[in-house]
Amino acid sequence: MSKACDLLVIGAGPAGMAAAASAAGLGVSTLLVDEQPWPGGQIHRVVEHRSEQAGSASHADWVRGRALAAAFRASGADYLPGTSVWRFDAGGRVYVTDGETASTIVARRVLIAVGAMERAVPLPGWTLPGVMTVGAAQITYKTSAWLPPAETWIAGSGPLVWLYAAQVADAGGRIAGILDTTPARNYLRALPHLAGALGGARYLERGRSLQRRVRAAGFEVVHDVSDVAAQGDGRIERVRYRTRGRWYERSATLLLLHHGVVPNVHATRSLGAQHRWDVLQRCFVLCADEWGNTDVAGYAVAGDCARIVGAEASVLQGRLAALEAARALGVFDAAERDRQAAPVLRELGPHLRARPFIDRLFSPRESLLAPEDDVLVCRCESVSARGVRAAVAAGCVGPNQMKAYTRCGMGPCQGRMCGLAAAELIARERQADIAQVGTFNVRPPLKPISLGELAALVEAASERTGS
Amino acid sequence: MPLSAGQLTVYVDGVAVQANPIESAAAVVLRIGLMPTRTTPASGEARAPYCMMGVCFECLMTIDGVASRQACLTPVREGMRIERQFGPRALT
Repeated sequence: MSKACDLLVIGAGPAGMAAAASAAGLGVSTLLVDEQPWPGGQIHRVVEHRSEQAGSASHADWVRGRALAAAFRASGADYLPGTSVWRFDAGGRVYVTDGETASTIVARRVLIAVGAMERAVPLPGWTLPGVMTVGAAQITYKTSAWLPPAETWIAGSGPLVWLYAAQVADAGGRIAGILDTTPARNYLRALPHLAGALGGARYLERGRSLQRRVRAAGFEVVHDVSDVAAQGDGRIERVRYRTRGRWYERSATLLLLHHGVVPNVHATRSLGAQHRWDVLQRCFVLCADEWGNTDVAGYAVAGDCARIVGAEASVLQGRLAALEAARALGVFDAAERDRQAAPVLRELGPHLRARPFIDRLFSPRESLLAPEDDVLVCRCESVSARGVRAAVAAGCVGPNQMKAYTRCGMGPCQGRMCGLAAAELIARERQADIAQVGTFNVRPPLKPISLGELAALVEAASERTGS
Repeated sequence: MPLSAGQLTVYVDGVAVQANPIESAAAVVLRIGLMPTRTTPASGEARAPYCMMGVCFECLMTIDGVASRQACLTPVREGMRIERQFGPRALT
């Protein structure tokens, strides 16, 4: 089976929903593909099927998510939910699967809007059952009304730590406390950029409001935590942490980790698009122009998958990407694109101006990025930091070589989880610039597909061509 | 709170569990507190879902007889059989 469209949007998060709705509204034949059964991405997970109390920590987000989903549904864009992309070819041929049947989509233009993922920071015991991301807990709260057990600790740094804790408090739940790993010096580094965070988008105000809710709930907060370790036999039982030079130990049923979010560059890596190391966000970001055009013909991006800009800015980038798609597909010229883009750009400005403050304040703590020898860097293949260090000592120069030396990056996740950590570790061991060290090459299939699916796909193709 | 009414029944390691149509198989397993959900073929260690969004591949479970499915990307269906997966998948 093969579908065709003018614009293929991948990802039904804020950027994808906005782009698809805008493009369809401009008369572009648009198809949106997403692996979840319903639109919303992560921040607006199952937004059509749940409610938030007015005045709660995430009510404003919920209202925005509902509006985006409704606009997308009403836009006339085609929609393929429950569908994963597993390969990109030049010329806009994209291979997808719904879990049972593989097929192709041929698009004149592809917009990748697959969003962000949480930064995976290897810590002692982080692979124990009962250790997961804050995002994982938040997703389960949204789909299942699940509240964490009372002996839950959150460890890390970033807005999501406070948002989730506030959500738990709003829902009448409890956690044991928050181990805040934000280094004290980050506040000093961020301070000169405060004006941006105080501007129109009011990020600082929102952050402070969340922290007030959390304090009012009475959850314990430990600041300036430099080390975190999960311990237990077969599942987490204790969390150990160090602050101001002293170690402490607390009982834990669940440990939720969050070390900020980074662009999910897996898809764009597989495309062969150019990426660069971003010093401020401390991750690999995609090289794209202000309209989201990559250096691969016919492929563009919008939202957090290129560089972290946040959900609201992602919506605006989605709209800009739709305008550029309309121009590229011949709906109107650049002057008309620019005319329609002007108000969107004005709205986008304050969100982007807040980034220098946010990125500095929540920059990950150095001590957490140099794991001890016993810590597993590659979860899939159980490769430890010791294994990575030994490979570097034996002459391994980068992550792609590391695959052959240790199998790090060769497991089912294809290096999504260990790519950044492996690059950081190798760069540190080699005392090399991480921009030169790079990260894993990514090859299709991006998601598991069976031989049966491939065979049926080949059969269908040869039936069409009569060969 | 989820708005959608309508409970359905799934079977986790053979035990009937009520589930909501907007839940993933992994979410059901997580909220009933069942862990580990698998042992990794690479080392035999106990594992359970980590990211719940399809990136980490720790939530691999056998669902309706098909092994190594990402449970966090699998929406529940009436009668779904969800089983923990110890060791490598069995080829079917």
